[in-house]
Amino acid sequence: MKTIKKIGLVIFLFGLTTFISLLFLGKFELTPAQFEQIVSNNRIKSDVFITQINKEVVGQELNGMYSLSSKIGDALEKANAYHRKNKEYKKVIYSKPQDLAAAIGKKSASGFIVNNKGLMWFLTFGLSIIGALLFILPNYVLLGAKGIKNDGIYHNNATNKGWVAWLVFFFLVSFYLILYFKSEYAVNWTFLVDPISEFLSGNPAGHWFVYGFMYCVVMTVMAVRMYIKYRHNVYQMVRTTSVLFFQIVFAFLVPEIMVRLQMPYYDFKNAFPLDYDFFFQWNLKSLINSGGIGMFILVWGIVLTLVIVPVMVYFFGKRWYCSWVCGCGGLAETLGDPYRQHSSKSLFSWKVERWLIHIVLVFAMAMTIMTLYSFFTETRVVLGVKTQTIQNIYSFLIGAVFAGVIGTGFYPIFGNRVWCRFGCPLAAYLGFVQRFKSRFRITTNGGQCISCGNCSTYCEQGIDVRAYAQKGENIVRSSCVGCGICSAVCPRGVLKLENGPLEGRINGKDILLGNDVDLMELVNSKIK
Amino acid sequence: MEHIVIIGNGISGVTVARHIRKNSDKKITIVSSETDYFFSRTALMYVYMGHMKFEHIKPYENWFWKKNDISLKRAFVSRVNHTDKKLELSNSESIDYDKLIIATGSKSNKFGWPGQDLDGAQGLYSKQDLDTLEKNAPNKETCKRAVIVGGGLIGIELAEMLISRNIPVTFLVRETSFWNGVLPKGESQMLNEHILEHHIDLKLATNLVEIIADENGKVKAITTDKGETIACNVVGLTAGVTPNIDFLKDSGIEIGRGVKVNRFLETNIKDIYAIGDCAEQHDPIGQRRHIEAVWYTGRMMGEALAQTICATKTEYKPGHWFNSAKFLDIEYQTYGWVFSEKTKKEYEAHFHWRHPKEKICITIAYHKESKKFLGINTFGIRLRHEIFDRWLTEARDINHIVKFLKDANFDPEFFKQYESDIATQFNKEFGTSIVPQKKNWKRIFSKA
Repeated sequence: MKTIKKIGLVIFLFGLTTFISLLFLGKFELTPAQFEQIVSNNRIKSDVFITQINKEVVGQELNGMYSLSSKIGDALEKANAYHRKNKEYKKVIYSKPQDLAAAIGKKSASGFIVNNKGLMWFLTFGLSIIGALLFILPNYVLLGAKGIKNDGIYHNNATNKGWVAWLVFFFLVSFYLILYFKSEYAVNWTFLVDPISEFLSGNPAGHWFVYGFMYCVVMTVMAVRMYIKYRHNVYQMVRTTSVLFFQIVFAFLVPEIMVRLQMPYYDFKNAFPLDYDFFFQWNLKSLINSGGIGMFILVWGIVLTLVIVPVMVYFFGKRWYCSWVCGCGGLAETLGDPYRQHSSKSLFSWKVERWLIHIVLVFAMAMTIMTLYSFFTETRVVLGVKTQTIQNIYSFLIGAVFAGVIGTGFYPIFGNRVWCRFGCPLAAYLGFVQRFKSRFRITTNGGQCISCGNCSTYCEQGIDVRAYAQKGENIVRSSCVGCGICSAVCPRGVLKLENGPLEGRINGKDILLGNDVDLMELVNSKIK
Repeated sequence: MEHIVIIGNGISGVTVARHIRKNSDKKITIVSSETDYFFSRTALMYVYMGHMKFEHIKPYENWFWKKNDISLKRAFVSRVNHTDKKLELSNSESIDYDKLIIATGSKSNKFGWPGQDLDGAQGLYSKQDLDTLEKNAPNKETCKRAVIVGGGLIGIELAEMLISRNIPVTFLVRETSFWNGVLPKGESQMLNEHILEHHIDLKLATNLVEIIADENGKVKAITTDKGETIACNVVGLTAGVTPNIDFLKDSGIEIGRGVKVNRFLETNIKDIYAIGDCAEQHDPIGQRRHIEAVWYTGRMMGEALAQTICATKTEYKPGHWFNSAKFLDIEYQTYGWVFSEKTKKEYEAHFHWRHPKEKICITIAYHKESKKFLGINTFGIRLRHEIFDRWLTEARDINHIVKFLKDANFDPEFFKQYESDIATQFNKEFGTSIVPQKKNWKRIFSKA
């Protein structure tokens, strides 16, 4: 069994290495016809740019994306500088260099990778999946009888911030940096999934399709790990299935199919303000111009945020969204599960958390109010600030850096819910409802707590669960996503996630159940 | 300002300190020779197993003590001088006190086995024991086999710890079935099976005779009363614990096995109290033991004594007995009294249900004549403490328990529930026709 695991690891690493090496490989030969098409698609009017690309790129064989993208970036920069100097603002190209490079790369790539998409898919995705499963499946036997299997987590370098963890950290951060800021390098990756994308939406794949597909694959493989690890705990199995279903169907398949049906791309479960650009002008316009379905999405998006989300949180706690439906949560609960113990439990972190997440919420709301004001009054500037600037800052800082690079990249070091805990504005909003008006709580079982600390250690949201449990107090915290792991790892059956009457939900006690009833009454009545 | 000195920073000492602080601004000092800060003793095993690091088993962050004005002193008390109200420390310093609370806990039993003090023979109680084990049994290469002597809760925890590092374990248990001095036979039998399932070499009705040393004075093997010699590198001595009070000999404080206390947890000397594992009641409370070496009772004694220290004189009057443990993968909870065949009174009868395949079972103890509910043991099913506490107070009969058992279920959502199976078997055995009632929030939250 251990040999199978080792073989699996080797196969996985081979697939992953091939995947990474694609960043640097590939042949690009841009034909004049292809370039003409790109010029017209992107409405490029810069003769300077066209001339330089014709001279340096068209008809040449370039190896690797770096040589192509540096030439394009260079041409773009020169052209724009020239036009700005001559005040030919209509000729300035506003496309980002990485988008242009990606578009040219996508069109002009030739050679082995493009001609053997299926084989290349197998050598990257295929081998990684097979390898990972070979690594994971033997655990069914190796972990022994069902139960909590956390042996050696703090002895293992990968799960105890050792060099493996730092390597994963480096990989994830680099991956997100490429995805958000250097997407032209992902061009070879898009070829791998072109057939799948064409099958679903009819269009060739872009880098966001790669990401969506990869997201589903990673979640599925890591869900298998969850099923094996928590096979004694039905709550975990059901929850994992739910989150996987919503990712694959709602976040991945439905939007692609909608595109095929000439409808707007929309993820029906992605609620504002997590879906921060829902009210952006381009989105509103696209929805309004999409007829009936567009209006339906518009109404659905608003009702989802204003009615469905809070009502569901009232009945079930924010877990129904954060650990049953949400994509960010879904990745955190599958890929991130091995790292859940790293979220800091200190009081200091809790303070930072409350400041940060609420600042992001305020930021999101302010930006949206500005956006809507601009939209209805048809101005671009509110109180002397360009709406577009604020949107760009939010998209960059929160949408890309916080949610992506930090949110997922930092899994191996700061735990799997960095974004959900410190940044997600939707989580902040749900948190208010959960804290002040919800039937959900984690019930503490009388006086049974032995203060062991498993619950706090494995809380991905950094809640010091033990601090409540050892006081006999229920856990009612706005940040709790209801993953249920505290209850699972408790060796004494102290914690239970449940939805019950509001009365008695928060029940501070000084003297715990099991002691003298008179003493309990005497002391506990004082703190009421 | 009155100076309260507490010897011992375990759950008892720390609870009494916290509650004194809640009620007063007395000067509080906790003296411990074991660690700088309070930690959860019951969680030491998880540090060895790699579930947590030592810092995770400290229930309060380090700033907590200063913020609450509780001084911590790392020192070993070698003598109590109650005439001068002074503690003499091993480093020849001394501490004056106005009131002294002894909460020094336990130490592992050693019954005079030959070789019991050899290098490699150890108990498992303190942080130092954990450090020793880390040295003696870091992996299966250094420790090729371990033998554990004594089939109680610490013994099975030590076994679980060692097998988590793939160290083969032989488990010597004096009784004919695991922990059957406490558990009824059905449960004890199920645990025997579970222990074997984890590839622990369980040897029942077997006693340690001698621990044999190699030429360096390290443990090499043991012999049993069955004439067997078992090669091993570590011997875990886990045959129970005994109060850790050697330093009180000749102090004038009355001691038996532990520090003798009355119901107010007062010793024979004015202003000296004892709580937790080291306290011994003159007369046991209800069906409890003289000495209760349990996490919860230590905490409850601390809660009660703090009131007395803060001028609300309060008896230690624990409510209904409850306890919990975990045996490898099986959680155990108990509410009220369920005695084993060896210890039960003639009026106590049991209803036992066991799942046909899974390691899940319950035992309900009841009074033969009146059918009054006495207590319940569950394995693999979590129960709601509050409900059972209430049912015990209300002196319900066993039929009531079976009928409303769903109210008391505390398993996570979606778990399979067995109340109907339990009722079916109960009806068959007792000729009743009880229909289990659906869980009802009103009943769960109603105050009796």
